[in-house]
Amino acid sequence: MSAKRKVTIGTIWLSGCSGCHMSFLDLDERLVELAQHADILFSPIMDIKFADMPEVDVGIVEGCVNNEDQEHELKKLRSKCKILIALGDCAVMGNVPAMRNQFKLEDCLQRAYVETEGTVIGEVPEHPVVPKLLPKARPLQEVVKVDVSVPGCPPDADTIWYALTELLAGRTPKWDERNFKYD
Amino acid sequence: MTDNKTILINPVTRIEGHAKISIHLDDAGEVRDAQFHVVEFRGFEKFCEGRYFAEMCQITPRTCGICPVSHLLASAKACDAILGVPIPKAAKLLRELMHMGQVSQSHALSFFHLSAPDMLLGFDSDPLQRNVMGLIAQQPAIAVKGIRLRKFGQEIIKATGGRKIHADFPVPGGVNKALTVAERDTLLQGLPEAIEYAQFALKLLKDYHAQHREEVESFANFESMYLGLVQPDGALELYDGALRLCDKAGNIVEDQMAGAKYLDYVAECSEDFSYMKFPYYKKMGYPGGMYRVGPLARLNVCSHIATPLANAELQVWRAHGRVQSSTFYYHWARLIETLYALERAGQLLNDPDITSTDIMVNAAPKNREGVGVIEAPRGVLIHHYWVDAGGRIEKVNLIVATGHNNLAMNQAVTSVAKKYVKANRLQEGMLNRVEAAIRCYDPCLSCATHAVGKMPMVIELKNVAGEVVDRVSRSPA
Repeated sequence: MSAKRKVTIGTIWLSGCSGCHMSFLDLDERLVELAQHADILFSPIMDIKFADMPEVDVGIVEGCVNNEDQEHELKKLRSKCKILIALGDCAVMGNVPAMRNQFKLEDCLQRAYVETEGTVIGEVPEHPVVPKLLPKARPLQEVVKVDVSVPGCPPDADTIWYALTELLAGRTPKWDERNFKYD
Repeated sequence: MTDNKTILINPVTRIEGHAKISIHLDDAGEVRDAQFHVVEFRGFEKFCEGRYFAEMCQITPRTCGICPVSHLLASAKACDAILGVPIPKAAKLLRELMHMGQVSQSHALSFFHLSAPDMLLGFDSDPLQRNVMGLIAQQPAIAVKGIRLRKFGQEIIKATGGRKIHADFPVPGGVNKALTVAERDTLLQGLPEAIEYAQFALKLLKDYHAQHREEVESFANFESMYLGLVQPDGALELYDGALRLCDKAGNIVEDQMAGAKYLDYVAECSEDFSYMKFPYYKKMGYPGGMYRVGPLARLNVCSHIATPLANAELQVWRAHGRVQSSTFYYHWARLIETLYALERAGQLLNDPDITSTDIMVNAAPKNREGVGVIEAPRGVLIHHYWVDAGGRIEKVNLIVATGHNNLAMNQAVTSVAKKYVKANRLQEGMLNRVEAAIRCYDPCLSCATHAVGKMPMVIELKNVAGEVVDRVSRSPA
């Protein structure tokens, strides 16, 4: 890693389980090393520090695109970052949240909020503050250009570290049998 | 939204887009109520239909990457019930061991990574630094202790399940991998350091309480019932056991309720303003049947803790009152539980059967439904599956920990808002305090869906015509 200007990173969480961010935290003591080379400007595990999303060198996205707010947020990040990383299977290919695509959205909502056995007073949420769900959950590449895909559910910390250190060194991460495996 | 005035806090969390808060005022400009909006929905209760029941142990943990082990175990227990056979002793020991890893890593994350920056660097310190990376920069010794404590919990999960997040180790009828003697010994070697760091965190927190007594005691302090699992003798229980419900004073309302009978006690309401439902105690109706779950509730309902260090800390905690109702006490309870989880891990690791290879029973699905109940780090987690004769899922019902706390979180936000909104004006300090109130619950909106806590940048107070009558912001924008 070079000693020049620190690289800036921003991470967002769309429709996913936050496991990819947890795997990022599994960098453990390597977080201390990362802090010497990069500044994380915004992230679910940090603070939101700016009124508007600042420009960053690297944008990292966990999760797929499930509702209108998320689509907006992803497009915004794309416009603010130089390199966009799809982190984990939900971002790369939709994964578990996209399992709902086999069903009608209305049926999913009806089951969850009206039909469930414990539900006594049920209505499907619909409110100006609650974002509208998209008809289908979609992976990032169907919405914006993705520069680097890091697969895994979640990618383990070594895989994330490899991707970050390659990018910090100015290289594109290459996946082969050593770092792209089911553990 | 309302015919009066509304304050909207957006985004409400560190995880932008997953939660919002709005505060409603009456005509006199006083706070009428507040709403905590969860704004994400994924639909597990529908899209699991048609899957083979054994797949649920792989699918449902994707609800939450912070407490995947809790979902995995609740799912495995529901599947055990469908098989209708008891699992081998070693499997039970290993599952509980894995869960002790889950509880300690999640609690360490909540304290060191998310909450400690506020307490150690100050609620009013530079937001640019008030986070785990800032803690690394300013208090590296403390930050590394937190990182290593969380890491130890994750290492327990990895030793049992093969990977740290979304392991595939518990299966219907047991577990699929035995613990080797070498793996056991490695964990035992790491245990003393982890216990030391948990005690270190407890001391930090107790010092904070001593220095901020008034704020701590009054912080989003309100009465509620409390729900949690206990052992047959009433001791704290995180893996198995039966449910106990206590009233605001700690008197037992219901005891030793079988998890499988949860529908007799818990009902849910859905509201138009949130994707998270509102469970309540059925016999008292909605919303009067509000109860709280999680660390605070568990320490309020349990009679004692079955490990010595944690039980001694429980007595210190109770010296301030048999029942704690201030929301701030969640942090303290969480650390006492961390100590328990580590002590319990030690007991399990020292059980000679922990390395047994008798870890699974083979059986075909026998029953048409199964319920699994566990104490996730944030509280009672319920998985309920119905299957056809071939074991295909027909229906799924999930009630997650953060859901149980939904009414309470709305209450906490209302309580804080009432203190910090006066006569149409937003008082200084409101942003941080609203945020802190929610963070005490460590809401796992991944589960419901998820929000780990960092919140509002701007609060605008608008009148009916949509004109901004007041505005506060903590960013320089």
